[in-house]
Amino acid sequence: MESLTFEYRGGVPIESPRIPVIAGVVGSGNLEILLEAEGPADHCTIVVVTAAAGFGAIWQAVMDDFVARHKPGGVRLSINDVGATPAVVSLRLEQAWDAFQGGSA
Amino acid sequence: MKPKSYYEASARERMAAFLDPGSFQEFLPPTDRVSSPHLRQLDQPGAFDDGILVGSGRLAGHPVLAAAQEGVFMGGAVGEVHGAKLVGLLERTLVTRPAAVILLLETGGVRLHEANAGLVAVSEVMHAVLAVRVAGIPVLVLDGGQFGCFGGMGIVAALCDAVVMSEEGRLGLSGPEVIEASRGVEEFDSRDRALVWRTVGGKHRYLLGEATRLVEDTVPAFREAAIGLLGTLPVFGLEDLEAEHARLQGRLERFGDCRESFEIWTRLGIEDPQALPLLETSAFLAQVGGKRG
Repeated sequence: MESLTFEYRGGVPIESPRIPVIAGVVGSGNLEILLEAEGPADHCTIVVVTAAAGFGAIWQAVMDDFVARHKPGGVRLSINDVGATPAVVSLRLEQAWDAFQGGSA
Repeated sequence: MKPKSYYEASARERMAAFLDPGSFQEFLPPTDRVSSPHLRQLDQPGAFDDGILVGSGRLAGHPVLAAAQEGVFMGGAVGEVHGAKLVGLLERTLVTRPAAVILLLETGGVRLHEANAGLVAVSEVMHAVLAVRVAGIPVLVLDGGQFGCFGGMGIVAALCDAVVMSEEGRLGLSGPEVIEASRGVEEFDSRDRALVWRTVGGKHRYLLGEATRLVEDTVPAFREAAIGLLGTLPVFGLEDLEAEHARLQGRLERFGDCRESFEIWTRLGIEDPQALPLLETSAFLAQVGGKRG
């Protein structure tokens, strides 16, 4: 198990209030993402707990991509991962973000 | 749009589609992060809800309490926190007195990583189910997920007022892999899917009288069956327990020497029993009529 934390600044503050959402399930090759409105208005904090150690650089790239696309501000993402591939991680991030915006998970 | 498959849905998707739209209020939601302390110590991945969601909601307008296990997370296995959420939900029933408690079970039983804590949790669930039933509140089980309902939670299902299953659902004590591991492949070949389903699957459980209703694999079908059962279940008492024991004794005398489900179905008087596994649910129900053990 490995814990990784990513901090971003300069995001666009979300319109509050927002209901926390969860996307995905903790199972082999999958992950769950809990997305909550939390922290300073332009900050985005991502905390990953993963069963697959040693992939920090790939997580960084996937998270950079997500943050560049949506510029989340005032949010916290908490992730429990069991070896999801980068594509699955990106898909779940999009699902969580979409649900957070008021779509369906 | 085709109705959502119960088998393929996640626990959260099932709960949302099963109850009246928007009525579910979760207790200890993922944001509370009440997860397993044992898995953390074992350096194993945990889930923010420990693999179960519990809460209150409405079913056709009636107030109910409900729980749904997530089979994909550790096979829906019951750990200390997971079990405590279930027990707490059942005990809350005694205070708030809803129309029913609905358990969307999908589980292999005790979470072995948590050993005694998991075993104690399942025994507490059993105790709580019976306390709720004695208080006059029915407990309904839905069983149609990918992992079936086995182990200690298979016993829990048998303790409840009614079990709604789909053909895809499975119900038993020891699961197929466990039987094969302990008694050998000659006793039970867990990879023979046809054998597995005609032994522990929904159709056989319905014919044996263990599943109260057999429904199509859609969340709305489970919902309609549960609504239909509300208000029809008698308050549980000693006479019911004795009647159930007599029924089981009679079943053992009638079918105890059978080696295969087909033999039981033949003895039930069902025509062309070999055809049953391939029938759609509605055709199956028509063919068996009221012939059940």
